[in-house]
Amino acid sequence: MKNNKATFSKYLVSGVTALALTAGMASGASAAENGKFRVGIVTFLSGAAAGPFGVPSANAAKVLVEALNKGELPAPYDKMGINGVEIEAVIIDEAGGATKQVEEYRNLVQRQKVDAVIGYVSSGDCLAIAPVAEELKTFTIAYDCGTPRLFADNADAQYMFRTGLDASVDNIGAVRYLAATRPDVTRLSGIQQNYSWGQDSWADFTAAAAKLLPESEIVEEQFPKIYQGQYGAEISALSVKRPEIVHSSFWGGDMEALVLQANARGLLEDATGLLTCGEASFATYKDQAPNGMIIGARGPFGAFAPDNALNTWFKGAYTAAYDLDPVYPATKMAQAILGLKFAAENAGVADKEIPTAEQLASGIKGATFESVSGTVEMARANGHQAMQGITYGEYHYEDGEASIVNKVSFSGECVTPPEGVSAAEWIAEGFPGAQCN
Amino acid sequence: MTSLLAVLIDGSIYASWLFLVAAGLTVIYGVMRILNMAHGSFYAIGAYSAASLVGWYFNNGIGPAWISYLLLVGAALVAGLIVGVIVERGLLRLMYGRDEILMVIITYALLLILEDTMKIVWGVSPYFAYQPYTELGRTAFGLLKVSNYDLALVGVSAVLGLGLWAWLERTNQGKVLRAVIHDREIAVAMGVNVRLMFTITFVLGTTLGALAGALTAPAISVVPGIGIEVIVLAFAVVVIGGLGSIGGAAVGALLVGLSRAAAVHYAPEFELFVIYGVMSLVLAFRPEGLFGRTMARKI
Repeated sequence: MKNNKATFSKYLVSGVTALALTAGMASGASAAENGKFRVGIVTFLSGAAAGPFGVPSANAAKVLVEALNKGELPAPYDKMGINGVEIEAVIIDEAGGATKQVEEYRNLVQRQKVDAVIGYVSSGDCLAIAPVAEELKTFTIAYDCGTPRLFADNADAQYMFRTGLDASVDNIGAVRYLAATRPDVTRLSGIQQNYSWGQDSWADFTAAAAKLLPESEIVEEQFPKIYQGQYGAEISALSVKRPEIVHSSFWGGDMEALVLQANARGLLEDATGLLTCGEASFATYKDQAPNGMIIGARGPFGAFAPDNALNTWFKGAYTAAYDLDPVYPATKMAQAILGLKFAAENAGVADKEIPTAEQLASGIKGATFESVSGTVEMARANGHQAMQGITYGEYHYEDGEASIVNKVSFSGECVTPPEGVSAAEWIAEGFPGAQCN
Repeated sequence: MTSLLAVLIDGSIYASWLFLVAAGLTVIYGVMRILNMAHGSFYAIGAYSAASLVGWYFNNGIGPAWISYLLLVGAALVAGLIVGVIVERGLLRLMYGRDEILMVIITYALLLILEDTMKIVWGVSPYFAYQPYTELGRTAFGLLKVSNYDLALVGVSAVLGLGLWAWLERTNQGKVLRAVIHDREIAVAMGVNVRLMFTITFVLGTTLGALAGALTAPAISVVPGIGIEVIVLAFAVVVIGGLGSIGGAAVGALLVGLSRAAAVHYAPEFELFVIYGVMSLVLAFRPEGLFGRTMARKI
């Protein structure tokens, strides 16, 4: 629950800001040669994904851009702007589907003359944008989408990069967490949104469970429609099968409604919930989620981000601006922007010079850079895909304070398939070469 | 056996919710012949109003939990009344007598306007009003534990349905309304103030939509787009029952609710299909719906 009075004005300000940014986008179309480093930021500003993902991401982008332009970040990002050039963010709405996003992307590149694009929560949008980025030769960072097909379908990508992790890591990490903390569980169940995200997540989870928890069985699986909101029958179907674990890749309002309803009906008392995207609603569960519910953040992001200087600064700046702790989509956006800055300043161009797309790509390809989530290795997909570890933990609420306890981290090499091997193959072969500490 | 019991309970709960959502839609169509695409927005406005009011109530620790149930209903009544009067007087009144298809387009435009208006007013982050949902506790039926709030919704829905039926069938105003439904022109000739009846009907339909949203709000995360999701289901229910029929909406909701619950428990892969499968089956044999009347079109 939230303080509605306090947040209303904030929403109003956010709405007005979004409108102003949109207006700025229209009027700035002819200002391509203004000497600034222009970055297109694409995330959901409307629709069901705006609240949990888009708004925190856009807010993070605003905090980062403003602070970078003032040179306020800790080292190694204390140089003003990007390579000494002031950043200008063009924030646009990801809503509307892949076809619209391709048009918007072309508009950003060809009319807005952006120097780089950071964006995309939806895997469908990422897959649609990747070939267009190659066609238009525009340096692009996918900051959140999780589809493993991004580089499987675009193996020769030159301009497309991803600084977040793919979805198979979430579910391999989830099973490893169960194996580490609850090795005796045998009755697994799942409830997923009925589209590629939910189906792929469940496929990875069940395949990994078959290898790492060989005594386990799947006692129930449910695939309700996305945005359904009411899960009465699904919760009953899960309850009567008496599972020990209820895995879900739900996100946003669907996830919050599921937790609320399942907890009220005792399912999450009788079984342990395992939410791969659970951290995104960390601040809103309060006493409506049971202690012990396992949550993830799709990597070392949000509440799972380490206490390094960059993250300490980011959390402070974000909280000061929005009176909220950054959730994982915000951390992932911050990571993508830092990745862009690193690429520009590692491209070997003169101070205050804007690198070309090729120079940006060479600056980050296969590189290792520091971020709010720790060290990021661009170690997969020919140096285009980030590899990091993943952490899971248990939600704990006591005396009005939410925290995460019993955290267990797994290294990138433990949860990421080797170069050139698909997640399905790697899991099926029993994770050969995995290095787990 | 447990699954069969679960199907009956889950189906009844889902049906009661569907009926709450669909009742306002079918009332408006029955009287005004307007297929109101904006009905989902009225549902969402009710949900946001209730979540805001109940959230404010509990955040400020003002009083006992039972007051929150009154606030849910009160928020829906106020929101439905205000929005209903504004839309009917400010927009629809200017459009009466136009083709039904045009009214669909007008209400669709209204849906888009209201969706954006809600974003401006409430933003895009979720609102919660869970206390009324959790305060009532739960009842165990063997392995199955059911929320008492959900069970109470079945009662609310039944009372509302019976109330609507009694109002239409047992009161003078209901008789006048039925006269308008039967033949608008003759009703005018007999001195019935049809425009007033339209206003009453539209505000009633709007308030029913807002009430459905308000009563659903405690069980969900109130986020943008919730109204668009329910409108498709509501249309399926009223089409199965017959457009404009309260009894039809009740039977349609029961059919859909029980079929969907059975699919979830016994054949989850057909869950998405079953609602529209039932609708297709009904329309194949009774194109006017189960309780719809075949009517000659005036030329």
